[in-house]
Amino acid sequence: MDNPAQAGITGGMTQDIIIVGGGLNGPALALALAKSGFRVTVVDPRPAPDRAGVGFDGRAYSLAIASRRLLSAIGVWDGLEAQPILKIKASDGRAGQGAAPFFLTFDHAEIEEGPMGFMVEDRHLYAGFVAQMAGIERVRDTVVAQGGGEVTLASGRVLHAALVVGCDGRASGTAERAGIRRIGWGYGQTALVTAVSHERPHDGVAHQLFLPSGPLAILPLLGNRSSIVWSEREANARAIAALPDDEFLAALHPRFGDFLGRIELAGERFTYPLSLSLADRFVAPRVALVGDAAHGVHPLAGQGLNLGLRDVAALAEVLVDAHRRGEDIGALSVLERYQQWRRFDSTAMALGMDGMNRLFSNDNPILRLGRDLGLGAVNALPGLRRGFIRQAAGLSGELPALLRGRLP
Amino acid sequence: MQTTIDPAEVAKFEAMAAEWWDPNGKFKPLHVMNPCRLDYITTQIAAEYGRDLSADRPFDGLRILDIGCGGGLLSEPMARLGATVVGADAAPRNIPVARLHAQQSGLEIDYRNTTAEALAEAGEQFDAVLNMEVVEHVADPAGYLRACHDLLRPGGLMVCSTLNRNAKSFAMAIVGAEWVMRWLPKGTHDWKKFITPDELCALIRGAGLDPVDRKGMVFNPVTWRWSLSPRDLSVNYVTTSIRR
Repeated sequence: MDNPAQAGITGGMTQDIIIVGGGLNGPALALALAKSGFRVTVVDPRPAPDRAGVGFDGRAYSLAIASRRLLSAIGVWDGLEAQPILKIKASDGRAGQGAAPFFLTFDHAEIEEGPMGFMVEDRHLYAGFVAQMAGIERVRDTVVAQGGGEVTLASGRVLHAALVVGCDGRASGTAERAGIRRIGWGYGQTALVTAVSHERPHDGVAHQLFLPSGPLAILPLLGNRSSIVWSEREANARAIAALPDDEFLAALHPRFGDFLGRIELAGERFTYPLSLSLADRFVAPRVALVGDAAHGVHPLAGQGLNLGLRDVAALAEVLVDAHRRGEDIGALSVLERYQQWRRFDSTAMALGMDGMNRLFSNDNPILRLGRDLGLGAVNALPGLRRGFIRQAAGLSGELPALLRGRLP
Repeated sequence: MQTTIDPAEVAKFEAMAAEWWDPNGKFKPLHVMNPCRLDYITTQIAAEYGRDLSADRPFDGLRILDIGCGGGLLSEPMARLGATVVGADAAPRNIPVARLHAQQSGLEIDYRNTTAEALAEAGEQFDAVLNMEVVEHVADPAGYLRACHDLLRPGGLMVCSTLNRNAKSFAMAIVGAEWVMRWLPKGTHDWKKFITPDELCALIRGAGLDPVDRKGMVFNPVTWRWSLSPRDLSVNYVTTSIRR
């Protein structure tokens, strides 16, 4: 080579990967890639996580079967405390009236894979990641510039990689720096998230109540506790969020109903304004977006993290395959395979959740009758119901190896 | 490569390199096919030389020749896998373009404006010869394949792909790819020069090589992906043969 700058390079351009964002998708991708032989660096401005051993703060995730398999493959599942979801009941209700006569039940007995999913507390999941992440470099810093596989940090340090993956959420700086635009809208709703303990056992049943002001999810946690995701119109939510705990419970109670007996708060209360935010592309040269950075969805049905982990599995597989073929993992020709694999699924899911929410967050009597008949029809047709279960469990479509529990 | 190059020439080469490597540009059909070709090539080479493709630089120590290298779509992956690569192309303008892109990719590849016959005459020897979509373009396939034989060390392997000659390949490769879809410029292929798998095997044997494997490469127009097929060699197919 006649270019002296190249003289020191014998192994070709680096095939290293920088992951921006140390939440859950970032570490999951880092582990999957590191176990497949890539050198990975995670950049996050927050201090290295040490949430292991902390108390329950009220945050929890529902994990689809496919997500659990991915966590097994990257070593995070073993020893993780999780509550199996044995049944999901979706019903249309009005505050104070309980559930409508038509409702939809999904039972794990209808599919052969066992429980339909698991509820995992944020503190436990995080601890699982922290235990596995010991060998992966984590840089506590903020990215200020990126381009052509070069990332400049606020400290002035410059990192080089074949690929920069943005796992930095719906306000993704990685996407913005790559010139990727977003579309989206607010729902005029805010989610009130907390956990309650209750008198009677939940028997592993998850409830999704479609109330006129927004959906309420009651998701089983270990013991006699449940996670609550209560979506309300913005103004209501603000008022409810401001209430002291006893008045908050008094407001929740008529919506929640009496089926679990007396309820008490069992965690902190969080509020999240709900919005949809889709990136118009998931990839650019040397850039890929994962999770909310690509598609921030309505948290209905708990599909946010599951969608993110599906991105993780697909991207890891595309990169591992490309690396074994000797392809440049940051080339657009490679990254477009990931986009092609994921974009339809995640956009369909995002818009589906959006439509469900619009249809159900409504007290129009005609829509109400229509959706009741719709739920009843789905409930009466086992094939359609199994289809929904498999979709929600992440078992439909072309599955990457990680979602079948194996490394790519 | 000359060290003093006209800047206007460099700009032209940069534009051509960008064109070669744009997955949605002029060479899109090659980019779409490339993963499938690479899967076959890497698997065959790894099997012959007992290499583990999940290891780092599995082709370290292997010398590979890429005939008709174009912009380097096969040469670069081979170099990235650790092989010492010579990329040969009879079209002089492809060479500086491929060199420039390799340099941008931080890869060291020996690109030469030459032919298989000339390399064989010079006594060059390789562990593997990649002979992909070339044989249907040469004037004398038998002589060309004899040169490929001479370029291999004993025990070395040649991967050779081409297009079958039948009604379906005429419909797909000429009518479909050139006339209707305009994926390839009209006249890229001369259907009469396409070769059936049995003819190719006879030519390969005649050149002194042992054919050891043949697979079809099948395009799925729904997923836009190519995949290998053990049975369907009706249009595109690929073979491996060994110099004993």
